[in-house]
Amino acid sequence: MMDAQSIRRTVIDSVMEIAPEADFAKVDPGRSLREQLDLDSFDFLNLLIALQGRLGVDVPEADYRLVDSLDGLVDYLVRHQVRG
Amino acid sequence: MIDLRLPSFGADMDDAEFIRWNVQPGQPVNKGDIACVVETQKGAIDVEVWQAGTVARLLAEPGQRLPVGHLLAVLAGEGEDWHAVAATATAAAPAPKAEAEKAATADARPPIEERPPAPDAAPAADAGAPAARVSPAARKRAAELGVDLQALAAAAGGKPVSIGDVERAAAATAPSTAAQNMRAAIAAAMARSKREIPHYYLGCEIEVEAALRWLEGFNAGRPVAERVLWAALALRAIGLALRASPQLNGRFVDGRFEPAPAVHLGVVTSLREGGLVVPTVHDADRQALPALMHELAEALSRARKGQLRSSDLADSTVTVTNLGDLGTDTVYGVIYPPQVALVGLGRVAPRPVARDGQVVVARTVQVTLAADHRVSDGLLGARFLADLQQQLARPEGLA
Repeated sequence: MMDAQSIRRTVIDSVMEIAPEADFAKVDPGRSLREQLDLDSFDFLNLLIALQGRLGVDVPEADYRLVDSLDGLVDYLVRHQVRG
Repeated sequence: MIDLRLPSFGADMDDAEFIRWNVQPGQPVNKGDIACVVETQKGAIDVEVWQAGTVARLLAEPGQRLPVGHLLAVLAGEGEDWHAVAATATAAAPAPKAEAEKAATADARPPIEERPPAPDAAPAADAGAPAARVSPAARKRAAELGVDLQALAAAAGGKPVSIGDVERAAAATAPSTAAQNMRAAIAAAMARSKREIPHYYLGCEIEVEAALRWLEGFNAGRPVAERVLWAALALRAIGLALRASPQLNGRFVDGRFEPAPAVHLGVVTSLREGGLVVPTVHDADRQALPALMHELAEALSRARKGQLRSSDLADSTVTVTNLGDLGTDTVYGVIYPPQVALVGLGRVAPRPVARDGQVVVARTVQVTLAADHRVSDGLLGARFLADLQQQLARPEGLA
């Protein structure tokens, strides 16, 4: 089981692989990650695929509205992570 | 004996610089294996082998600037002895007629090595351009440094261009040459399009609530790695609608329209650092939706990482530009010659629609068609859009 800090780190690393120029110092964790980092639907899907691979959590489309912000995404992953 | 020739990656491409070989004589290769890497205005492209065989003889060398169609290597086919094939291969084999026609431009051009490496390759633009006043020494230096002599001469306004000018230009542009080349390639293609193609534009708003609900149902049972996005659904519908509108799917060359036997969609893709690439999704009218999504996702991923392959840039028959994710409602596109149509997709968003005498909210998308008036008329274009609307109204037919 990973703690929220490690999960946050994993999310940031995964985003950096898709958007290497992303500056997380400027990202508001409460606002839409996609808008702030200019991620399109393919970028976002690739992010979810990477997170599913690393954390074992599959985010269904019905839950997309819960993972719009960085905080939302980390919270969701913490709650749903697969017990190892 | 199997020929491996430099493929064309677009109508605006004449040549490429050979970078390196990934295979060696005697090596067995399968279809899809990367044989070599070449550098074009679209960046470094991995050239794939089209037929399984054994590499017999390599004929291209790093640093060479080669025209489209040039013989890069010969391979031995099944049952052939590669040593024998290597011995009979000659380095000076001429390109077959079809390739030569594709590579040839309106005016006969001198061999590649003698021309300065100007990024602009549009034939009509060069036909009347005055020769730049450049000394042979400056021309040689420009070739060494990859400086665009035409741009320099234009900036010099008729005054002779010296070696000093060339070296200063090289120093000024060195860090962003790749980006500038790409911008120049786009500029050449778009300028040619607007110069030569009489565009007409049609648009319609298509209700996609049913299609998107169907897609949500389709995705609900699938793991995230197999999820299909709206973009893929749209391409599938466009592919099927184009099958019924052959006058929108093909090339206009030498004053004549040639309909294409297949529907290959070029998908305009923005790169994060700026610029565009247009990878191809093949047989959009024939591939099942999951396979089409997979090909699209892979091609976009390669495009964004600068790892494009020759099959990604094989000539598409129609181009689609999807700017919906960026918030644009309507796209008025520019046709990519020698194609004769471009489909523009705007943002999918909830909008008011009239249904049974009431105003309700449903997701809709503005779709536009830019088409070549030399080849089709508004009525045909309108039929295409009506067909597309029909396809999206019956999403089960898109799976």
